[in-house]
Amino acid sequence: MSLPAAARSLDVTAAGRAGWLRRYALWLGAAALLMALPHVVRTSAAIPVMNQMGIAIVFALSYNMLLGQGGMLSFGHAVYFGLGGFVAAHVLNLAGRGVVWVPVPLLPLVGGLGGLGFAVLYGSFSTRRAGTVFAMISLGVGEMMAASSLIFDKFFGGEEGITANRTKAPLLLGLSFSTDRQVYYLIAFWVLVAAALMYAFSRTPVGRLANAVRDNPERAEFVGYSAPLVRFVSFCAAGFFAGVAGGLFAVNYEILTAANMGLAASGAVLLMTYIGGIGSFVGPVLGAILFTFLQSMLSDYTGIWLLYLGLLFLATVLFVPMGLAGVLMMHAPAWRAGRVAHLVPAYVAVALAALVAVAGVVGLLEMIHFLVTAPAAAATKRLFWTTIAVRTPVPWLAFTALAVAGALAARRVGPRAAAALAQASRPPAS
Amino acid sequence: MTAAIELMDVRKAFGPTPIIRGVSLTIEAGSRQALIGPNGAGKSTLFNLITGKYPVSAGRIRLKGEDVTGRRPHEINRRGLSRSFQVTNIFPWLSVFENVRCSLLWPLGYGYSFWHRVDAAREARERTERVLEQLNLAGRRHLPAGVLSYAEQRALEIGITIAGGADVILLDEPTSGMSRSETEQVVQLIRQVTVGKTLLMVEHDMSVVFDLADRIAVLVYGQIIAHDAPERIRANAAVQEAYLGLPQDGGGQAPALR
Repeated sequence: MSLPAAARSLDVTAAGRAGWLRRYALWLGAAALLMALPHVVRTSAAIPVMNQMGIAIVFALSYNMLLGQGGMLSFGHAVYFGLGGFVAAHVLNLAGRGVVWVPVPLLPLVGGLGGLGFAVLYGSFSTRRAGTVFAMISLGVGEMMAASSLIFDKFFGGEEGITANRTKAPLLLGLSFSTDRQVYYLIAFWVLVAAALMYAFSRTPVGRLANAVRDNPERAEFVGYSAPLVRFVSFCAAGFFAGVAGGLFAVNYEILTAANMGLAASGAVLLMTYIGGIGSFVGPVLGAILFTFLQSMLSDYTGIWLLYLGLLFLATVLFVPMGLAGVLMMHAPAWRAGRVAHLVPAYVAVALAALVAVAGVVGLLEMIHFLVTAPAAAATKRLFWTTIAVRTPVPWLAFTALAVAGALAARRVGPRAAAALAQASRPPAS
Repeated sequence: MTAAIELMDVRKAFGPTPIIRGVSLTIEAGSRQALIGPNGAGKSTLFNLITGKYPVSAGRIRLKGEDVTGRRPHEINRRGLSRSFQVTNIFPWLSVFENVRCSLLWPLGYGYSFWHRVDAAREARERTERVLEQLNLAGRRHLPAGVLSYAEQRALEIGITIAGGADVILLDEPTSGMSRSETEQVVQLIRQVTVGKTLLMVEHDMSVVFDLADRIAVLVYGQIIAHDAPERIRANAAVQEAYLGLPQDGGGQAPALR
């Protein structure tokens, strides 16, 4: 071997090692972050929210195996989440009575197998077609399960649902789960494992073919793959991980009701996945975190928080269909060119305009909500740190003016921000 | 000589409308053949029947001696027949590299595996690299295929078709919509990648047809009216008539067939 060639091959091994580090650095970082979080965030109220986020992350990632990776729009993904959860709750009860030996840390796996079993069953016919037909069948399966929950009382526990007690299960390595903090570490572990496995799935032959079938099922057939079978495999994998999330839910809340597999739950996972961005692996993670955060924060302040989440979804679909992750990715060229700072003035202007518009819309919605729900004698409402006389015209005019002015300003500064981004994204002059 | 493709009285009707009206055709293994005919003759339909996209209404189809009538496209593909499409048919959101690699996974035996890491599949990577070099697309490998130029997408389409190593290749108008120089490049490419294989192509550009084909089949209104060597097709009166819409009046050759 000549000297330059030897040097090159050395380079290759060095690059290989760096590649290994680079490949796993993100996962190691995520693990470290998950370990450190409960020590950094010290408020005790934060732990249950983070637990909820972890469950939502696994659920949203599993949903994106269908929507983003496989091009299947499902309106019934909570079915596999809920069924996995029910199976896990029942097994937890059996374990508590000593019928089976299943310690709490393995329950998410049980939930996963439950989700997988039902995904095999329902996927066998629903994945034959993509597009509208698939979406309709998913809706039908969801409705069927809602009806079944009333019929199969023993399994679904009727209106009260199924309760379980995680402290009665046998211990594994002496680990007990009596506090939220202990459950946090269990959820963190499973979030990491499930996310890593789902990422790995996307890098396997069938994971790549899932993308191919999403793009062009006909072409996939002509390179040797049955498009329905590829969809079926993705669907089963998605059902498995939804079931894992359901199992985590059973461990965390120790109760499951039919609502957990209902249309609203299926809608929520669609919303969070889409808001986060279906085009990249990390999108659903961001969406799950943001959605859960807003859900738990907003519900403290307003009764119409669900409406705000719906509006956020609408805004995402209309203005940034690539989602949060897509918006972040758009800034990669500017970041590489070292020009992110150039964007600050234009972005601050957009943020201010948007803030004004949002304040106006929120004010109007809150006043309408007040008029509809408050007792007739009530005339004032606390909003934005002031007291507002809702039954006088002034606040209505003021909030309308804010909303209109904010929207107009956003229309003016929006294109400027886009131009600034285009300017900053040009490759650096070398 | 064994036949790569054998059609035996194949018929196809959409509702009451017969499109293919009894085609019997044998494509010998290792030959390069062209299927020509006026618009609406049923050329693409015939391709769709051979490749399993549509079921036949009647008749049998054999691929390398095996009856494949009624098989699904992926099953026919696995038996060594690969095709391209008249309208570009690629994976628009996948990278150029991924487009080619996806067409290699089945032939390399990965099947529906979710236990292999696809980036660790060395042979798939190397063969993909080689195909991209052949297509002159190596520099474009990371782009989503949907943003390639038209001619590049057509080249990629051929790449996806041949990458898996199928020995029977069907190309549906590989040069349609291309400039003269682009056409020449594609002809060169087709010649290169079909060495030792069977090629059947639908093509309107007669210079391409006479350049590449050993034999030419002429399809008119769902029937094969001639199947012969290029020189004899050129001189065939029935073909002249079909192409020009007039009876042949002498020894002169039709301009369309030059």
